[in-house]
Amino acid sequence: MNSDEPHWDGGGGPERLYVITGGRSGSSAKTTLDLVTLIVARSGPRPGMQPEQAAIVRICQRPLSVAEISAHLSLPVSVVTVLLSDLIADNRVFSRPPVPPAKLPDIALIEAVIDGLQKL
Amino acid sequence: MDFRSSESPGSVETAGPRSEDALPESATAAVKVVIVGGFGVGKTTLVGSVSEIRPLTTEETMTQAGVGVDDTAGVERKSTTTVAMDFGRISINDELVLYLFGTPGQERFWFLWRGLFEGALGAVVLVDTRRLEVSFDVIGRLEERSVPFVVAVNSFPDAPSYPLDELRGALDLPADVPIVECDARLRTSSRDVLMALMRYLQTLAVTTEAS
Ligand SMILES: Nc1nc2c(ncn2[C@@H]2O[C@H](COP(=O)(O)OP(=O)(O)O)[C@@H](O)[C@H]2O)c(=O)[nH]1
Ligand SMILES: [Mg+2]
Repeated sequence: MNSDEPHWDGGGGPERLYVITGGRSGSSAKTTLDLVTLIVARSGPRPGMQPEQAAIVRICQRPLSVAEISAHLSLPVSVVTVLLSDLIADNRVFSRPPVPPAKLPDIALIEAVIDGLQKL
Repeated sequence: MDFRSSESPGSVETAGPRSEDALPESATAAVKVVIVGGFGVGKTTLVGSVSEIRPLTTEETMTQAGVGVDDTAGVERKSTTTVAMDFGRISINDELVLYLFGTPGQERFWFLWRGLFEGALGAVVLVDTRRLEVSFDVIGRLEERSVPFVVAVNSFPDAPSYPLDELRGALDLPADVPIVECDARLRTSSRDVLMALMRYLQTLAVTTEAS
């Protein structure tokens, strides 16, 4: 798909998303989860979990960013954050927040990135 | 309905990263850089050439109230747009991961991903000399938001070539903002663009700490 050309979606998309999130918009989760917040599962999927939540728990056995979860499950970030906030509340996953914007620019961090890029 | 990309026709039960793409358990902090520019300027190419994973696509939906074009009754209805953003990943060391997001130049899309620019280390403005006016808008918006950025000029064979100082003038860039040439298809060239941004951020950090 082309990133720059939004396509209009006439059909059942929003309805499906409504079902997955139980109709919530996820405004509370959005305040804490960034695109690059790393998510790690505390355990494996449990029987009876909603398929999307089970999938998150399964793919987050190793750290994975919110953006990557969205990409692998083909779900909008706004939907993923709603699912994640429930999983966090239920202690199924935990989050590793990104470096807070207030701390940027951080010279040690930037030097670490420079070192890493030099090795590419 | 198009929420599932063509690359992942399977269900959520089977989707997921390849095992060799897994981050180490020690990955604890992530930072991001935004690659911004007009359509076809080479954002996805740049992300793909330096990323350690095949570029991924994240989507967000935008709901708009509007009158359907073929709706002769003129009834108000809602339509949903899906906007996609490509991104890639570079493991900096065992703890730190850098994500690169390639985002369209139009500001109305930037709001879809909360914190896209706010938490970013900085941005790369990719410039196509055939369509400078697109970059002009992008640069203005980044300046408004105080997002530090460098300018990278992608070298397309049929694009007019200007000396960099002439481009600086044309884009009305402040003297301290780096401007570099690149070929987004080459890993080393794309890496050097990111390096130019980091060196620039380093000078900004030193200035901030000294003041
Ligand atoms: N010659 C040349 N072609 C490029 C370069 N970067 C991208 N392209 C080509 O330009 C086209 C659009 O690039 P793409 O990355 O999809 O642009 P995007 O819309 O900004 O993501 C593709 O066919 C690329 O192969 C470059 O540095 N030099
Ligand atoms: Mg693209």
